Amino acid sequence: MAEKRKNNVGLNTLKPGEKGRIAGMALGKGIGEKLQDMGFLQGSLVECAYRSPFGDPTAYFVKGVLIAIRSEEAGNIYIEKEAGTEMGQWA
Amino acid sequence: MGLSKSSIGLGALDEGRVLHKKREGDIVAALAGNPNVGKSTVFNQMTGLRQHTGNWAGKTVANAQGYASYEGQGYVLVDIPGCYSLDAHSAEEGVARDFICSGEYDVAVVVCDALCLERNMGLVLQILQKTEKVVVCVNLMDEAEKKQICIDLKKLEERLGVPVVGTAARDGTGLEELYLAMKERAKAGEGAWHGCVGCGYRSDAAADAQRGADKCICKYGCRHGGEWTAEEICRGIVEYKDKEYAAADRRKDKFFTGKITGIPVMVLLLFFIFWLTIVGANYPSGLLHDFFLSLEDKLIYGLSCLGMPVWIREMLVYGMFRVVAWVVSVMLPPMAIFFPLFTVLEDSGYLPRVAFNLDKCFKKCRACGKQALTMAMGFGCNAAGVVGCRIIDSPRERLIAIITNSFVPCNGRFPTLIAVITMFFAGMGAGASLGAALLLTGVILLGIGLTFFASWFLSATFLKGVPSSFALEMPPYRRPQIGKVVIRSVFDRTMFVLGRALLSAAPAGILLWVLANFEIEGMTMLSRLAGFLDRPARLMGMDGVILLAFILGLPANEIVVPIMLMAYLAEGSLVEVSDLHALKQLLVNQGWTWATAVSVMLFTLVHWPCATTCLTIRKETGSMKWTVISFLVPCVSGCLLCMLFHGLVSLVIKL
Repeated sequence: MAEKRKNNVGLNTLKPGEKGRIAGMALGKGIGEKLQDMGFLQGSLVECAYRSPFGDPTAYFVKGVLIAIRSEEAGNIYIEKEAGTEMGQWA
Repeated sequence: MGLSKSSIGLGALDEGRVLHKKREGDIVAALAGNPNVGKSTVFNQMTGLRQHTGNWAGKTVANAQGYASYEGQGYVLVDIPGCYSLDAHSAEEGVARDFICSGEYDVAVVVCDALCLERNMGLVLQILQKTEKVVVCVNLMDEAEKKQICIDLKKLEERLGVPVVGTAARDGTGLEELYLAMKERAKAGEGAWHGCVGCGYRSDAAADAQRGADKCICKYGCRHGGEWTAEEICRGIVEYKDKEYAAADRRKDKFFTGKITGIPVMVLLLFFIFWLTIVGANYPSGLLHDFFLSLEDKLIYGLSCLGMPVWIREMLVYGMFRVVAWVVSVMLPPMAIFFPLFTVLEDSGYLPRVAFNLDKCFKKCRACGKQALTMAMGFGCNAAGVVGCRIIDSPRERLIAIITNSFVPCNGRFPTLIAVITMFFAGMGAGASLGAALLLTGVILLGIGLTFFASWFLSATFLKGVPSSFALEMPPYRRPQIGKVVIRSVFDRTMFVLGRALLSAAPAGILLWVLANFEIEGMTMLSRLAGFLDRPARLMGMDGVILLAFILGLPANEIVVPIMLMAYLAEGSLVEVSDLHALKQLLVNQGWTWATAVSVMLFTLVHWPCATTCLTIRKETGSMKWTVISFLVPCVSGCLLCMLFHGLVSLVIKL
């Protein structure tokens, strides 16, 4: 998987309603593979849906499914923010 | 449809890998697929069995087997846990992978969710690499239609080269086609349908073997199942006509997981369910009791006609029958209301939101948010909850969830709590029932609080470590099938629990009768035992009989109250049973106060896991040490809690 590039940011920086495209991830084998199996693949479009009442974890909309992950994992998934982020459907 | 008879107790464990064919020609079919796509619903519809279903990922954690037949062909169906891929990350996914890779089936039915076909396709492709004996079943087509998601099944079949059937398992649509496809695919055997995954090219198996290559000769030159990604397979096949198809869910989630609303709504929901249970149970309880009471004289008359001696007659009617009547009228109505309500909650898709809301708190205790799901299963049965802990990936966090599972009152203990609350704290009138519901909510919240505390404590002592990851799918909300839920939970769960209570109460009754009627040195064995336990029990604000009932209740918590009643009755005080309040009178005559009631509630909430749960823990952890710890943690906390409460009360009274 691709290393962190200059204009890439962590998935955790997305605010609810914002979208990004996954550029790569730096996660351990276990959880990294699991998240890929769950749809967090390179090139996938991800939308930040909403956060839990205590601010963490956050639910992301990816491949037609809502998946909740903690900020630690989200921070190690790198995305390219979609230009001109119009509000997504979960905003 | 919530937990059922076959999915609780020891039934929650694996049925093993021995396949039960009825005839030689029976087709063995494995139901594989991502979590929460409806594998168990397909299974239940086909076999007529009642595996636990509900709208959240991870209900099925062990293989289950069932038999079905269609047009003279027998099928042995194996319902396996859901998994995202064949690389297992948790125990339950390991169960799934082992079975899929074992090849001990004639056909693998890969069930997919029509709402997110692309994500499901990854597993389909992986399984296709292992075997070609595959039928793809695209389930939830009805829901996809409602959300205006169109799927071209014909085209998908062409691309995959294996049969694709669209189903809506909840109402049985498409299952005939599925049967036929399974039969065709299984009879065809390996290699006969040598379709190319990706281009749909169907080559001649013999020619392929001659070429000795796994490269397809189609114009794409692709490898079987290798080259095409899930995204490419689904391109042009799935069409979302309504881009805003998730809008309704979005609004619900804003409410159920909102910053301000999330937690209060959760507590209020819990409170509301308890309130409905308590209020709703009051009236039928009275009716049932009157009914049983009217039978009493007739029974006595009937038995005397049979010429039974008076003492047997009285033992049977005033002893056993009366206890049975009390147990049924006190326990049945709350269960018949609570279980369906809880199942509705489970089917709606709310439970994963609870795990989502609470994950931060679990993380603080260095545990996993999915523990909220296993706790929810514990409400049904702690043994099932313990097995359910397989959904937790990290072994350390899984152990924590297993050890703390019995802090949630199960089937067997819940009615005891309600009965004690109704007797001592809920008088008549609306205000009183609100108070009772509030108290019950408080007790449950205390249990949840203790779970957090115990998880934190374990993380700091026996099970040191850092919190691992959390990844949970949040399913779309679904309208529960209310009629079905009510019927299933009443007949399946309520009757099961009640049956177990009565069944185990009968031998306990005989034991008690023996204890109460045989004397050692002028004292009945019962008074001796109770007297022996009286001192420690008094420290906890209870009496010897109560503690004895809890100890004898080890095989099944349902019988704690029946044992208590029988023991009190055996000590000689036959009371007039004019109405339900006579039960309270009996207890008050034995020296119960509101403080005793609270102590009993606390001890019901936290004592030791029942024998079945202990056995399950032993099996799940494979270690005696963790079984003993799982026994001791709630046991010690319960004793301490009761002593603390009793100490505080005596202090206040002295002042």
